[in-house]
Parts: sequence; structure tokens; C-alpha cells
Amino acid sequence: MREHFEIEIANLRRRLALLAQSTENAVRAAMTAIETQDLEIAKKIIDNDDLIDKEEVVIEEECLKVLALYQPVAGDLRYIVTILKIDNELERIADLAVNIAKNTKNFSEMPKSLAKRVEFSESINLVLTMLKNSIDAFMCRDVALAESVIALDETLDELHRSNRKMTQKLLQKHSRYALYYVDVLFVSRHLERIGDSCTNICEDVIYLEKGKIVRHNSNVESVKE
Amino acid sequence: MPDKNKVKISVEKLNFFYENNHQALFDNSLDIFANQVTAVIGPSGCGKSTHLRVYNRIFELHRGHYATGKVFIDGQNILDEDVDLLELRRKVGMIFQKPTPFPMSVFDNIAYPIKLHYKLSKSEIEGRVESALKKASLWNEVSDKLKKSGLALSGGQQQRLCIARAIAVQPEILLMDEPTSAIDPVATAKIEDLITELREHYTIVIVTHNMQQASRISDYTAFFFKGEIIEYDTTGKIFTNPSQRKTEEYITGRFG
Repeated sequence: MREHFEIEIANLRRRLALLAQSTENAVRAAMTAIETQDLEIAKKIIDNDDLIDKEEVVIEEECLKVLALYQPVAGDLRYIVTILKIDNELERIADLAVNIAKNTKNFSEMPKSLAKRVEFSESINLVLTMLKNSIDAFMCRDVALAESVIALDETLDELHRSNRKMTQKLLQKHSRYALYYVDVLFVSRHLERIGDSCTNICEDVIYLEKGKIVRHNSNVESVKE
Repeated sequence: MPDKNKVKISVEKLNFFYENNHQALFDNSLDIFANQVTAVIGPSGCGKSTHLRVYNRIFELHRGHYATGKVFIDGQNILDEDVDLLELRRKVGMIFQKPTPFPMSVFDNIAYPIKLHYKLSKSEIEGRVESALKKASLWNEVSDKLKKSGLALSGGQQQRLCIARAIAVQPEILLMDEPTSAIDPVATAKIEDLITELREHYTIVIVTHNMQQASRISDYTAFFFKGEIIEYDTTGKIFTNPSQRKTEEYITGRFG
């Protein structure tokens, strides 16, 4: 019984790792799409999303099967529930990558002469770090790493706020490029949302390890006791 | 551990010995709360049943078995010499693994202990029997079979008959030693529903091998291992986030 359960868990972990890999690839590609305005890359992200959606459903079904058949408790229960939740977050992150890809399509139509473009590179680097570390935190069950990702989220939010202000100003100044600036605004928002999902994953990792729910700004420090 | 609940049984440093001073329980201490279901879990031979059998001193039926420490029920140490055993066993009813109906009619199975403890008229006894059978969710199934032998009932019905028999003398505590391990899943479900209902009127302590049963019906869970209480907490805590590694290993099936 225990042996079968261990095999199921190992399979789920492997599947989730592959899904995380696909999601990370989609996000990296979306970041490249922002910077290069490469329509081919954008199209690829959109086309691939179907596979990610399907894999998310397969993992969810597997989790439900394990819950029904083995009725796990304690750490085992928390592990399956965490996989179920991270599965969901990864799919959401991939959707946000698709949204970014769609928004950046219009970037290429932007006249180069309009020099003052919103700078995304800092947000992009931050999002990539957060995503990679949140996945690693789950795989290695590393609470300290999870907490470090959660701490980064405030910086990303701050970047989003300043991007927004900047875009609003530019929008007022160059209102004939309104459509472009709306897209810029959306991209900034999507990046911020990916950060939120990474934070959620890390909160799930803390729940997995500590058995405590630290969502909704409850103090992360308090779980260290 | 919430302290809003009233403590019904308070165990302090309970040690238990079988013949030749073979020790089976080591310094057990815990508080059992009134009108709550407390499950006792642990691998075979860990002392669950032994612990339970101290609460009504039924262990004294065996020569050479003895307990040290204190077990307070409503503040009275029931291990004291001068405890009235008949009264203790009225107050603390017990249901065993295999149903133990007496070889007599359904009616007499329940009337017998009532007559033993109380002087009542025939009609009063009949009222008590009916009330006990109703409380044990058995009345609808046996009301037309009261004169038939208790042994003719199904296993699940026999077990509920035993619960009715325990209830009939108006106990305050019900001890259940694996009450569903000898009956089928449907009958088990009925008894589990019954336990949940009985909680309103009685303090219930149940020994069970069935982890899902403990998590389904109990409010508190005590995990025993080698005669010691390893962990005692709310059932929700024990089954989602136990504090002790040993508890985690046992409830997730890594040993036992």
C-alpha cells in the first residue's frame, strides 16, 4: 500500500516538474517577445498553451484519484494538496505568458521614433528569478527559498506601480498611441500577476512544510518560531 | 488544546502492569473532555485497550493486573480503594469489539442491567428499554422482535443492542473498544452516525484501528506507542499536521 502510494507521489512530482518546465519556457519566451517584439515567438507561446492546459487537467485528475484511493493524511495529504494548487498556479502563469505574447504583438507596430518606451528589463529579471526559485522551493521543499521569493514580490509591485505612472504620463502626452500604451500597461500588470502566482506557490510550499497557512499577508516571520 | 471544554476524565501518570510486573503503560497523562469523542489510535499491542480498561477498572477481573497513578472522573480518583465498582461501571459503560448480547430476548438484554441498578415498575422498565433502543437507532428495526433472542440479530444490530444496553443504565461515559472491527461497512456507518449523535449526551472514548474512522468521528485523538502517549491533540491537527514524527509515520502507514 505504502509502496504504491510512493510510486504515485513520485509520478505526480515528475509530471509537475515537467509542467513547471513548460511554464517556465513559456514565460521566458514571453520575456523575449517583450524585448524583441518577435511575432514568431509570440505565436509559439500561444500555440503551446493548449498542451499546458491539458497537462494541468491530467495532473489534477491524478491528484483526485490519489486522494480518493489512498485517503492520505498529514504530510502526504499536504503534499497532494500542494501539488493540486501549484498545478493550478502554473497553468495560470502560462496563461499570463500567453496574454503577454498577445499584447506584445502590437509593440512591433510602434514607431521607433517614439523614443521613450517603458523599461521592463528589471521587472522581467525579477519575475524570472521569482518563478525559478518558487519551483525550486517546491522541488527541494526549501522554506527559506520560498520566503525569499515572497519578500521579492513587494519590489515587483513597486516596479509595476512606477511603470503605471510612467505609462499614464506618456499616454496623456502621446494620446494617438493610446492603444500601444494600453498594451504596455497590460504587460506590466501581467508581470505583476505572475509574481503573485509565484508568491502563491511559495505560500503553498510553506504550508506543505510547516502545516500553516500564511496567505493574505499573515506574517511570514511567524512560521519560523 | 482548547480549554473551553469541561474535563470529564483526567489521567495523571498512569502506569499499568500485567502479571509478573510486566509494564504495559508508562506515565500516561491526558485530559478527556466532556461530550466529545476521543479516539485512541496506535499499532497493535501499544496499550490502547489496556488504557481504556482502566477507566472502569474492568482489568481487575484478571488476577495480578494492577494500575498506579491517578484517574479522576468528575474529580474522583477511581483507582481509590473505596470506589463503588457497581456505580463506577454504571457511570462508565463499555462496548467491545465483538458484540456481546446476553443469550436472552432483545427486551431482556436491556431490561436486565436496568433491574440490576434500579428498582422500577414494569411499565417504567418498558419505557426505559424503548428509550434506550431509540437512542441506539435500533427501535425501528427491532420493535416487533422484542421477544426474539438477541443472538438472532445481525452483527451490526447486535452491536447497537450492546450500545442500547450500556445506555439503558444512564451512563455518563461510553468506552468503545474497536466497536466496528467485526461488522460490515454499512453497519459501521450506522454506528458511526450513532456515535456522533450520542456525543451530545455522553463522553465517548473509542479505540480504533481504523484511521479514517478516527478522523471521521472524533474530536480529539491520542496516539499511543509502546505504552506511551506520543501525541494528543485535536483530530484535525493530528491528521493534517501532527507535531511528532512518530505520529506522522504511523498515520501515513509507514509502520504499524
